Amino acid sequence: MPILEAEQIQKSFERTKVLEDISFSLEKGQVLSIIGSSGSGKTTLLRCLNFLERPDRGVIRINGETIFDAEDARTVQESEIRKKRLHFGLVFQSFNLFPQYTARQNVMLARELLAREKPGYKARKKEIQAEIQAQAEDLLGQMGLSDRMDNYPHQLSGGQCQRVAIARALSLQPDILCFDEPTSALDPELTGEVLGVMRELASQNTTMIIVTHEMAFARDVANQVIFMDEGRILEQGTPSQVFEQTKEERTKQFLSRFQSEKGSQKQQISTKR
Amino acid sequence: MELIMEQMPIVIRSLNVGFLQTLKLFFVTLVGACPLGLLIAFGSMSKFKPLSFLTRILVWIIRGTPLMIQLLIIYYFPGLVLGKPIWGGGETGRFIAASVSFILNYACYFSEIYRGGIQSVPVGQEEAGLVLGMTRRQIFFKVTLLQMIKRIVPPMSNEIITLVKDTSLARIIALQEIIWAGQSFLKGSQGISGVIWPLFFTSVYYLVCNGVLTMTFSRIEKKLSYFR
Repeated sequence: MPILEAEQIQKSFERTKVLEDISFSLEKGQVLSIIGSSGSGKTTLLRCLNFLERPDRGVIRINGETIFDAEDARTVQESEIRKKRLHFGLVFQSFNLFPQYTARQNVMLARELLAREKPGYKARKKEIQAEIQAQAEDLLGQMGLSDRMDNYPHQLSGGQCQRVAIARALSLQPDILCFDEPTSALDPELTGEVLGVMRELASQNTTMIIVTHEMAFARDVANQVIFMDEGRILEQGTPSQVFEQTKEERTKQFLSRFQSEKGSQKQQISTKR
Repeated sequence: MELIMEQMPIVIRSLNVGFLQTLKLFFVTLVGACPLGLLIAFGSMSKFKPLSFLTRILVWIIRGTPLMIQLLIIYYFPGLVLGKPIWGGGETGRFIAASVSFILNYACYFSEIYRGGIQSVPVGQEEAGLVLGMTRRQIFFKVTLLQMIKRIVPPMSNEIITLVKDTSLARIIALQEIIWAGQSFLKGSQGISGVIWPLFFTSVYYLVCNGVLTMTFSRIEKKLSYFR
């Protein structure tokens, strides 16, 4: 059974249709890359999955359980949605770290707040705190930030900030980790370090959905690629199906713009590893 | 000079009493206007159009007219219309009327500062909190509030220092604050008359008070400078 199924997701802003009839599914441990030009609805789709936008129509299922159905009022209540969000983690293009907290505190905050809501927190407070801190330090270590845990976001580089943000998203152990153009705000060098971390996650079978403009990365890391254009899925398949046996003219046109840089980009990333 | 030294203790005692009233008005305004300003800020940002329209009209009127006129209208107008003063007589009545005027006036100014502070915190902060399963309440108190406070400290300190000096406007309805106390020695009070230096001397009180405030606020700013 797929870990995630999205069926006929539709979303309009005012009268503009931004998403139309979006359906796809994702297996556990797999990586899905979503590519397409700006304004094609990629980001809106991710935001719908994380309930930052509410789809006008459509169904979202996790492990076969319907967590959202636009037709069913019970699934669209704010209090319900809060719990369901926890199936997903989201890494933003602009990091959105909390500036008043250190890297470690950024990673710990959400889990601490959730732990407080559980019964028996008061009695085991110290123990739980230590557990959460150990997990945060472990995650930051995985991101190669062991020596940066007490730094505030403004003391970190963009690449380091994004890696803290990834650790923060992982702290709640989401079923699916989403990335919204995670390297678009970074220069090529810093891009490499963030992509490196993401590759590492992919090799550990983290289920991920990645919206990206890094074509070489999308092709190398993904098990499945979706090409979006004007709010629709135009092409969907394995990386080789989408990148090499391209069917649609529009996709070919889009990909051709990246062909020229592809060679150099690939080289750059492979030297980084 | 000798005469001034002789008059000094009497004048100081009198100015102290006046300054106490000044400080009372200052603190009452602060305590009233800070929360009221937040309500007005929420009102003006409300998605319910009639509410935001009305609050914006209120803010426009209050910020668009002199505080002195507002003082006079709030103090005298109810009496003129109803035939009897609603604020009660004497110094207490004047103090209540002055407090109402000041709280209303400063709440409107504060509301605009709050609004700027709230709107300057990037939406991404709230979105990051939401996707981490935080409630809106948790996001406000744990994430956005401190960022908002950091941003409003400089304009608030400006406004609060202005408030100290603006309390002198209450002289217009004869509230016995420090200007009134200093001026009383012109006409004659406690055996001293026809001297203007006590009036000038009131400036020292304002200066000291604002010096303390300036230091306090720069300390707060420094405390919050650990993040950006």
